[in-house]
Amino acid sequence: MPFGINETMGQYSELFMLLAAGTYTVAFIAFAWDLAKSSKALHAIDLKAAQAGEPAKVPAAAGVGSRAASGVDGPADRAERPSSSASGPAAGGGVVTAGADMKYAAERRAPARVAVALTILGAVIHGAGVVTRALGAGRVPWGNMYEFLTTGAFVAIAVFLLVLIRRDLRFLGTFVVGLAIIMLVAASVAYWTPVGHLVPALQSYWLIIHVSIAVLSSALFTLTFAMSALQLVQSHRQKTVAAGGEDKLRFMRLVPSALSLENLSYRINAIAFIGWTFTLMFGAIWAEKAWGRFWGWDTKEVWTFVIWVVYAGYLHARATRGWTGTRAAWLSIVGYLCVVFNFTIVNQFFNGLHSYSGL
Amino acid sequence: MSERVNVKKKTSAPAEASTVSSAKADAALPSLGPKEMLRWAWTQLTSMRTALFLLLLLAVAAVPGSLFPQRPANPSVVTQYIKDHPDYGKLLDTLQLYDVYSSVWFSAIYLLLFISLIGCVVPRAIAHYKAMRSQPPRTPKRLSRLPEYGTLIIPADAGIPASDAIRSAAGVLKKRGYRVEVRDDDGARPSLGAERGFMKEVGNLVFHTSLIGVLVSVAIGGLFGYSGQRILVEGDTFVNTLVGYDQFTPGTNFQSSQLQPYSVQLDKFDITFDRESQGKFGQPIDFSAAVTTKENPDAPAKKETLKVNDPITLGGTSIYLTGNGYAPVVTIRDGDGNVAMQGPVVAKLQGDNYYSSVVIKVPDAKPEQLGFQGFFLPTAFVTDQGVSFSGDPELFNPQLSLNSYYGDLGLDSGAPQNVFEIDVKDLTPLNARNLDAGGITLAPGSTYTLPDGKGSISFDGVKRYVGVDIHHNPGQLYALIFALLAVAGLILSLYVNRRRAWVRTGMHEDGRTMVEYGLLARGEDHRLAGEAAAVRKLLADEWNLDGGGQQGSGHQSQQTPSSLDDNGAGTPTPAGPAGPDKDQ
Ligand code: HEM
Repeated sequence: MPFGINETMGQYSELFMLLAAGTYTVAFIAFAWDLAKSSKALHAIDLKAAQAGEPAKVPAAAGVGSRAASGVDGPADRAERPSSSASGPAAGGGVVTAGADMKYAAERRAPARVAVALTILGAVIHGAGVVTRALGAGRVPWGNMYEFLTTGAFVAIAVFLLVLIRRDLRFLGTFVVGLAIIMLVAASVAYWTPVGHLVPALQSYWLIIHVSIAVLSSALFTLTFAMSALQLVQSHRQKTVAAGGEDKLRFMRLVPSALSLENLSYRINAIAFIGWTFTLMFGAIWAEKAWGRFWGWDTKEVWTFVIWVVYAGYLHARATRGWTGTRAAWLSIVGYLCVVFNFTIVNQFFNGLHSYSGL
Repeated sequence: MSERVNVKKKTSAPAEASTVSSAKADAALPSLGPKEMLRWAWTQLTSMRTALFLLLLLAVAAVPGSLFPQRPANPSVVTQYIKDHPDYGKLLDTLQLYDVYSSVWFSAIYLLLFISLIGCVVPRAIAHYKAMRSQPPRTPKRLSRLPEYGTLIIPADAGIPASDAIRSAAGVLKKRGYRVEVRDDDGARPSLGAERGFMKEVGNLVFHTSLIGVLVSVAIGGLFGYSGQRILVEGDTFVNTLVGYDQFTPGTNFQSSQLQPYSVQLDKFDITFDRESQGKFGQPIDFSAAVTTKENPDAPAKKETLKVNDPITLGGTSIYLTGNGYAPVVTIRDGDGNVAMQGPVVAKLQGDNYYSSVVIKVPDAKPEQLGFQGFFLPTAFVTDQGVSFSGDPELFNPQLSLNSYYGDLGLDSGAPQNVFEIDVKDLTPLNARNLDAGGITLAPGSTYTLPDGKGSISFDGVKRYVGVDIHHNPGQLYALIFALLAVAGLILSLYVNRRRAWVRTGMHEDGRTMVEYGLLARGEDHRLAGEAAAVRKLLADEWNLDGGGQQGSGHQSQQTPSSLDDNGAGTPTPAGPAGPDKDQ
């Protein structure tokens, strides 16, 4: 039998969610400020360089420049791709100042530090919100759309912060924090649900396993989506600059080269793909337990499968001549759009056995 | 067979090899005979590009099945959909869009994909088997051109000659999981080639092969499995024979002898409703069916509990709790005064709080057959406008409200009828709200006498019923095993790194032993630098050198501080390929 409901806890939880969203909003502003400020600083460096008579737009890191210029992204060039070593931060006039290995550079970015600190604070409050929700409902906090969103946003932030320990992904800050804010707002505005028991169909330990892995993989896909989108912008920018065009998106210099973005998002996508494979499998096992068949092409199953196949396609693309780089990035983006579609539209508007969105 | 050539090329890089050979075939296209055409088609089909294309196509093709109602899941919805969309409903049917996953085009895509998969996996497995048994590649002439390169110097007083150094280096690498071959160990410039990470490709092959396994398991389930449904009112017993089912879907190769005649009796069905939360007040939070089972007619009876997410397994089948509702118990007497029907009537859920529809057909009533149609409400409320609804899922104020008819029910014609529907077209109404007699409203224990001496109906009480699904799928276990294998293979494939390492040693004129090493990754490998550092440290420890981390030079390093190539001018350079072939 499920534990009792504790409405007070539920109310605390909502308060925490609100506070977290507020804190994130300030963090978001700080991240945006960081980009703007650095953009200005970079511009100043450019001006100085120009005055000194140096050509400001010479691709700095050799790897970056040559790839952008050649535009050939076959598997053959994998060996050429620097496997490890840093083509360190470039001098003033480079296309990209961020390090290829996304390690923290020496220079201090005060607004970025403030932003990260605020994000951590927000995450702590957010975590309290998730925990109190769980306590209020007496079960895992992912049993309806409201909870998927609030818990999912927390996991996305947590994963982002964890990756930040090892890699300087602060350039993703506006994106990830912005997304978390959207998720929290959507949860409270469009999907608000009071604490409640689970319907019998969801009362299974498979809910804990299957959904937690799904949420975690989705959080990882969120990061790679952001990186792939930036990769497309960056690669366009690198090409423009390499061809002698004007650099219109200076702040993108804080973002690593398209190739480094591609490589890191590949690694994260690989983890997320394994996670999604487990999601699919555990979903099938659960479906067998609940409905007597492990696969029945239910709407939700279809979309989970489609997402899996798209990311399998992505992994293949990375090994197919002519499909790495930009095209692979597009596949990663399409995959993520499917994840979002599966979560929003499919949960709400399609009737299937998975009609447990709690609406 | 020249296919062999192809295979050999794939040894080095499967994806590229097939592209290269298909490009060649492209060029030669005009003069192809039928045999070459076939070969060309095969090469195309098994190329990486085609696999990618088919994968994406599969993803796209799966989508319409979620947009349109599907016949296997919901035949009646499909019929309704076609009726509702006269303009294109039929067209979609012709395109098999109501049965996407068994449609010709969907099947074609996944079959092509799996043929491509086989055509891809088999040559790669052969090639990999050979690669695993062959020696590591020859030592490149200039190790300094490898992405990871470094040198170590063993001081003269250590007394380790070049040949000993290479042997101990071999030991170090072997311990680290490399397959090692020492070359020319008694020569002036001994070297070793080492390779590790064969499990990467093995994992990849296991992954892809297991996908075939999953597909075959699913097919076996479709061939030899079966499934069926049955509604059981409290007190009812189901016996696992064909007639025991309300609905039965056999697999293609099903034989009725497969059914083991076990029995399941529903003793009691309990529901717990949510009485705590505001938003979900009255929602069911627990279903629990107490049943008595027997493996076969003579076996001892066994008490079990059937719940959602917790099926019972019996006689090779699994029994699932999939639905439930109320079954009002009625007694109907006919115009002659005899009991024409007595028992529970399964009420079909229609709305909130178990608002359910009831259809009663009484073919045995004489002189005229009787029919009833209406609703059952567990907790009846009537609004000011006279609309009745159910205020709670539990039996606080149960009510049957019915219209009645008499005439020929049409059951004798032999045409199958849905028990939950009654066609009143040819019947004469007896009771309805718009008639003088009005509708029938019954509370438990009450009896209503039909007008015109047509008989009577008594509402005796209420029972609960459950819907169970019964499934037998012999492919299921295999599907699970292959899926687990696939994941294991996937993890190996993505996380094992395939690496090559070479070490070369030589004696300096001043008696020091010079060691240089280089590493090369095959494929994506962001940890190659870490590996190089680890190897360096192991080697340094082996020879008790300190500063294992000092002299390593990174990627494409230009300076080769004490490399033998620079220092040992005059020493004959060992035979070997001119520089590493990075594509290997
Ligand atoms: C049912 C369809 C398929 C699925 C779901 C699938 C999925 C995958 C996945 C997830 C990977 C990455 C993980 C790994 O390396 O094991 C992969 C890699 C690979 N697949 Fe497939 N695959 C399919 C069909 C094929 C076919 C038909 C071919 C041959 C043309 C193929 C050739 C390869 C190769 C060569 C790799 C290694 C790529 C690399 O070097 O990174 N696959 N596949």
